[in-house]
Amino acid sequence: MKRLALVILVIAPIVISESCKREERAYRIQPPDAEVADAVPVTSFQVGPSTQAATMPSNPYENNAYALTEGQRLFNAMNCVGCHFHGGGGIGPPLMDSTWIYGGEPAQIFDTIIRGRPNGMPSFRNHLQDSQAWMIVAYVRSLSGNANPNAAPGRDDNMNGPIPPASIKKQPATQSSQPPSTVMPS
Amino acid sequence: MKTLRGQLSALLLLMLAGCAGNHQSALDPHGAQAYTIHHLFQLFFWVTLVIYVLVLLAVLYVIVRRRREEPAALVAEIPTAQSEKRSTVTVGALVVLTIVILFVLLVFDFSAGRTIAALRENSDVQIKITGHQWWWEATYEDPVAHQEMTTANEFHIPVGSVVRFDLESHDVIHSFWVPELHGKKDLIPGHPTSVWLKADKPGTYEGQCAEFCGAQHAHMRFLVIAEPRDKYNAWLDHARQPAPEPVFENEKHGKQVFMGSTCVMCHAIAGTSAGAGLGPDLTHVAGRLSLAAGTIPNNPGHLAGWIIDPQRIKPGVIMPQHNIPPKDLRDLLAYLETLK
Repeated sequence: MKRLALVILVIAPIVISESCKREERAYRIQPPDAEVADAVPVTSFQVGPSTQAATMPSNPYENNAYALTEGQRLFNAMNCVGCHFHGGGGIGPPLMDSTWIYGGEPAQIFDTIIRGRPNGMPSFRNHLQDSQAWMIVAYVRSLSGNANPNAAPGRDDNMNGPIPPASIKKQPATQSSQPPSTVMPS
Repeated sequence: MKTLRGQLSALLLLMLAGCAGNHQSALDPHGAQAYTIHHLFQLFFWVTLVIYVLVLLAVLYVIVRRRREEPAALVAEIPTAQSEKRSTVTVGALVVLTIVILFVLLVFDFSAGRTIAALRENSDVQIKITGHQWWWEATYEDPVAHQEMTTANEFHIPVGSVVRFDLESHDVIHSFWVPELHGKKDLIPGHPTSVWLKADKPGTYEGQCAEFCGAQHAHMRFLVIAEPRDKYNAWLDHARQPAPEPVFENEKHGKQVFMGSTCVMCHAIAGTSAGAGLGPDLTHVAGRLSLAAGTIPNNPGHLAGWIIDPQRIKPGVIMPQHNIPPKDLRDLLAYLETLK
């Protein structure tokens, strides 16, 4: 019994200290030398037999609270709200539902931001640092509950804002080949 | 003993060295408002100093008297009716005196407030200050829309005129403080306030954010540059001009670098397509004395260091690091140096 307590005493701080990374603020990030090398696949379809498994880089910021709020600041600052509003969608598709036209994986959203997409989504290549784009990706995914809820902010900055990202129910990504505006109501 | 005396005199010398520069000292007023505050401070200082010394002397007197008395007298001192009355009168008189002194100070305080409030009138120069983490945006207001001008961190004002600063904050609470000209005034998000300054002598007055506002609060400084009216007008006319077109090839390429990179997403240069408002307006950046809100002097070397790695100079600032190839950076610097 005593030994168990001792083990817990030793292990608990190690386990808990892991959660400090939530608040880690990495100010100095090595600036990128080159742009992202290859486009990330949006679907699993490809010409010919499938030769290689799609590898997608993961987002280093998904578990970091500071990066998520920085992403929110950049989302507003870069005027993403001009088309997507605060996730509800307007001119651009909504970001707080489960439908992704070009994929909802972090690398796919990164690709959408950096390369742009047809019919309006501009390319932010050279206008955003990679690290900044990844922060926006983390925030965009938090809008549909796909970010780590332990890292997502527990409250909104506005007084009567929407429900905070930390309490949004997770919405698994589904694929759509069309923007919602083109789907005829039945 | 000798070393202690040496250390003490060295310490005193060090402390006296603090009096040498007159920068950012409320004890060295240069404006009407600051004079009023300074006079009030002097009154409070001398009155309270005299009272402090008197109280200390009274305490010393009691201690010394007690020590000199016979030990037998210490045992019990039964108050007589006469001594009771004497203490009641003394304490009562001191309480009344305290109230009178506080009331006199209150009257002077009130009249100083009235004097400062009376200086609000007739302000023909109006500057809107917006506090950001961690720099100051200044918009020189003008009834003619196209003559409005935006600059950052260095504000020119005419000497001898009352200038109105309208204070707003973009993010958190900041505080606008030029000790030589006036007291502090907070910049509160969503609650515009105003402060009126009047500089009596030409000069450069240092200001500082006086409300803790985040990691780089200490590096949120600004300058108020008071000039004679004609010099001020000349400066304002120049500041209203859009940025000059680059002439040489490297400057032209530098402009392309600026417009084709992350710079353009946050900064504005009047007369070009750069019009973002997240960072300081760079239309006349080369004419400023310092960069990053008084953090580093403004010269090409420091500017290059700032562009490449602002997070080392001012960790936490929203400007990211940049990896610009050397030639592009040189041309970008050449272009920015033309923005006088």
